[in-house]
Amino acid sequence: MNALLNQRRKATSAAMSALCLLCALMVILPLLLVLFHLARLGASSVDWNFLTHLPKPVGESGGGMANAIVGSFILVLLAVLIGVPVGVLGGIYLSEFGAPRLNGAVRFAADILNGTPSIVWGIVVYALVVVPMKGASAYAGGLALGLIMIPLVIRTTEQMLALVPASYREAALALGIPKWKSVLHVVLKTAGKGIVTGVLLACARVAGETAPLLFTASGNQFWSHSLSEPVASLPRQIYTYAKAPYGDWHRQAWAGALVLVLFVFAFSALVRLLTRGSNLPVAK
Amino acid sequence: MNSIAPQSMLLPPPSRTGDAAFKFLTWCMAMMVFVLVAVVGWELFRGSEPSLRQFGWRFLTRADWDPVSGAFGALPFMFGTFVSSLLGLLLALPLSVAAAIYLTELAPGWMRQPAVALIEMLASIPSVILGLWGMVVLVPWLNAHPYPWLQRVLGFLPLFRGHVYGPCLLSAAVIIAIMIVPIVTSISREVFRAVPDSRREAAYALGATRWEVTRLAVLKGSKRGIFGAAMLGLGRALGETMAVTMVVGNSTVISPSLFAPGCTLASGIATQFAEAADNFNLYPGALYELGLVLLAITIVTNILARLLVGAVGAPRHPGPA
Amino acid sequence: MPELAKEMSQDCHAVSLSLPHGQVSNLRGRCSLCINTMRIRWLWMWLAGLAAVLTLEGADRASAQLLINGAGATFPYPIYSKWFDEYSKVDPSVRFNYQSIGSGAGQRQIVEGTVDFGASDGPMSDQNLARAPGKILHVPTVAGADVIAYNLPGAPRLRLDGPAIADIFLGKIAKWNDPRLAALNPGAALPKADILVVHRADGSGTTYILVDYLSSVSGEWQKRVGRGTAVKWPAGLGAEGNEGVTAQIKQMPGAMGCVELVYATQNQLPCASVKNAAGNFIAPSVETVTEALAAAAIPDDFRFSMVNAPGGRAYPIASATWLLVYQHQRNAEKGRKMVEFLKWALKEGGPMARQLDFAPLPPDLSKRVLAEIDGIRY
Repeated sequence: MNALLNQRRKATSAAMSALCLLCALMVILPLLLVLFHLARLGASSVDWNFLTHLPKPVGESGGGMANAIVGSFILVLLAVLIGVPVGVLGGIYLSEFGAPRLNGAVRFAADILNGTPSIVWGIVVYALVVVPMKGASAYAGGLALGLIMIPLVIRTTEQMLALVPASYREAALALGIPKWKSVLHVVLKTAGKGIVTGVLLACARVAGETAPLLFTASGNQFWSHSLSEPVASLPRQIYTYAKAPYGDWHRQAWAGALVLVLFVFAFSALVRLLTRGSNLPVAK
Repeated sequence: MNSIAPQSMLLPPPSRTGDAAFKFLTWCMAMMVFVLVAVVGWELFRGSEPSLRQFGWRFLTRADWDPVSGAFGALPFMFGTFVSSLLGLLLALPLSVAAAIYLTELAPGWMRQPAVALIEMLASIPSVILGLWGMVVLVPWLNAHPYPWLQRVLGFLPLFRGHVYGPCLLSAAVIIAIMIVPIVTSISREVFRAVPDSRREAAYALGATRWEVTRLAVLKGSKRGIFGAAMLGLGRALGETMAVTMVVGNSTVISPSLFAPGCTLASGIATQFAEAADNFNLYPGALYELGLVLLAITIVTNILARLLVGAVGAPRHPGPA
Repeated sequence: MPELAKEMSQDCHAVSLSLPHGQVSNLRGRCSLCINTMRIRWLWMWLAGLAAVLTLEGADRASAQLLINGAGATFPYPIYSKWFDEYSKVDPSVRFNYQSIGSGAGQRQIVEGTVDFGASDGPMSDQNLARAPGKILHVPTVAGADVIAYNLPGAPRLRLDGPAIADIFLGKIAKWNDPRLAALNPGAALPKADILVVHRADGSGTTYILVDYLSSVSGEWQKRVGRGTAVKWPAGLGAEGNEGVTAQIKQMPGAMGCVELVYATQNQLPCASVKNAAGNFIAPSVETVTEALAAAAIPDDFRFSMVNAPGGRAYPIASATWLLVYQHQRNAEKGRKMVEFLKWALKEGGPMARQLDFAPLPPDLSKRVLAEIDGIRY
């Protein structure tokens, strides 16, 4: 009787383990499928022509996404220029100077910003920048992405700075170094790698954003020669081509998607590379 | 040269102005988050003013979306958002929790890191790429195999009646499920890892099988954390724009069938914002109001999630796209 | 303390803890060389970022190329993108960046001033024109056909009439083998499948043309739905742009939607012959659109509708498409280039339009439009 019960219990345990394994595999399956299709449908189209040519008119084949790739770089660069100073300095305040209640409020507000859907950022920046500037521009797109970056960078900076042992700060103060110098030269330098990884992850996130760019940076079939012009970007170009019926455009959409995914994964790989061998835990 | 003589400690006093200036600078930057929240709220209010004045609270209960006659209502979009997000959560939650159990309790040690890395990779795939894959690969497959089967077997339910187009609320729910699985899995993992080993050991000591240990020692106490993980996933699901827009079907007609095309708050704004033209003030105003509703729903969900997850660990994952 | 100092100066040149009074403190464990190097490194990084930003900004001043931005209709996008591509070879000093996002967007953005020109296949209403800060001119460029395209096995050429199309889009005719469709197409093998209607999710001139036609042939449509660039569609799936609708029709067997002719031909989708006002079933083509255009009465402001045109061989769901420009251009340089392009398009753009199944304007209409263009001030 006991033996039967035990057998049943063991069987249940084995069955549940198998079920959980199955679920774990199912969780990974979409990723594998997406990567498989990206490789199969996109890899053959990522050629020199694709990487260096501008889009061709509707229905003609042979175009490329060169301006979109460069445009994405420009937008991420602008986002970094806006998001990193504000984010890092804000994180420094939270970690080094803040009071508990104020910090709680700031973290709460940062969470709200983090949870704001990116389409909302798009329409807000449209009203703030595009309408007064009378046009879509790289500035507007970069601003939208930068605003998305700010709460992310604040969070990771604060976490990384919190990991610097208090003894470092105390030692610096004991040596008579002014607080601001100690923060910049001692604490920041120690946490530097972690902060950089946080910034890189935020870059990876905003590089793939499409919704905020729809109405702010819009699109451009040519090279953008100025930041106050609309600029093509990889996610938006993928979106435009994906909706279309032309086989050639679909092919290019997959190629663009492959390039974008490789960029995003490259950022993550860079993060892992930077954090290898580091004693301090880093942003994930 | 290395001896510390007292006279070397006579240094000029540290600069007070430098400290004060630096503190002020960083304080300003930290205050920026409040400024940004205020800006977002203000712009959305300002933009939705024509619609707020015209419809007031009834905006939330009207099902009409008629740009020609200027009648707008958020109900089709709210309906679509809730149905697709909740259904997506329903699909994702059991899978994620089970996967998290496997990764923390049952998996061999060598498997854990790579599996976690793979899940993080899924989290980092941009929404538009998942949308492209969804549009071109997933939805045609769903249309060819599971959907006809569902309609054959469960077609007596109003949920599964009607034309099967492919892009529909159910497809949106599936894509959302794929997108929120990483975040729910990783938060659940954190929740399970926070359970002290002593509880597991106690259960083993009492002779429990592996599954029983998991059930009694880990799952029982983690309900709150899992609920919080679900809420965080829901928060992410509500704001999903691109992938959903590409597979939801974009129809403003509310239908009981899951196979019917629908719309969500985010997808409605994405498809219509650029050209709200017929009623210049009212149409864009209605779209801004959709944005306001979306922001409100997302904030409430995230607050609930924070209260539940709280001490377990800050979410590190990308938010809605 | 010495250990700490050493730790802090691990990668430094010198450690100096005891100094003569008055010297600059090195107690942070770094020598001035290291400090300055670090400062310089940070400075370089920010300068590099700033330089990148400024270079991109300044490149515009240095480059002589002018960028003129436009947005709007997806209906004429194939011919506009061809024209803009060809014109960049004719006049390399200017580029026209056209975003195909829908007529509704074109109208809104030209009124808001966020683009230099708009494009729409539905004429702007008086109400919308009144909101613009200046007078907006409608410049017709080509005429095209809204075709009813579908995805059926064997790609049959079906015959439809106005009321049938209205009822399909209203959702009242739900299956392909409906008796009314069978009556219109004796002998055609119509499957028992559902008709999967695909309509526009965005604001569209293509929509405007279709609903303009449907309102004139179906009283119920006029009452229930009406005219506009964005309407409340009673049934069906929404897709963005002519491109999106075509893609959905291509993907779903049994689908049917309304797109511009060139999208159907470029994607090998069959289109229906529609019964016109004279009672003949007319297939869409350049000739039948031209005939519809010839019969239209065109007022001086060039806003007109040509659906249900009289004429034996006129295609009933056709329309002109317009470029929307301000009569008084803000920017002299852009205004001049705009005018030059418009004249080129009207004079030289015809053959390219024909190749893409768009009907160029007949000579007398073209002359009137050129006179309108001459009235643009910059």
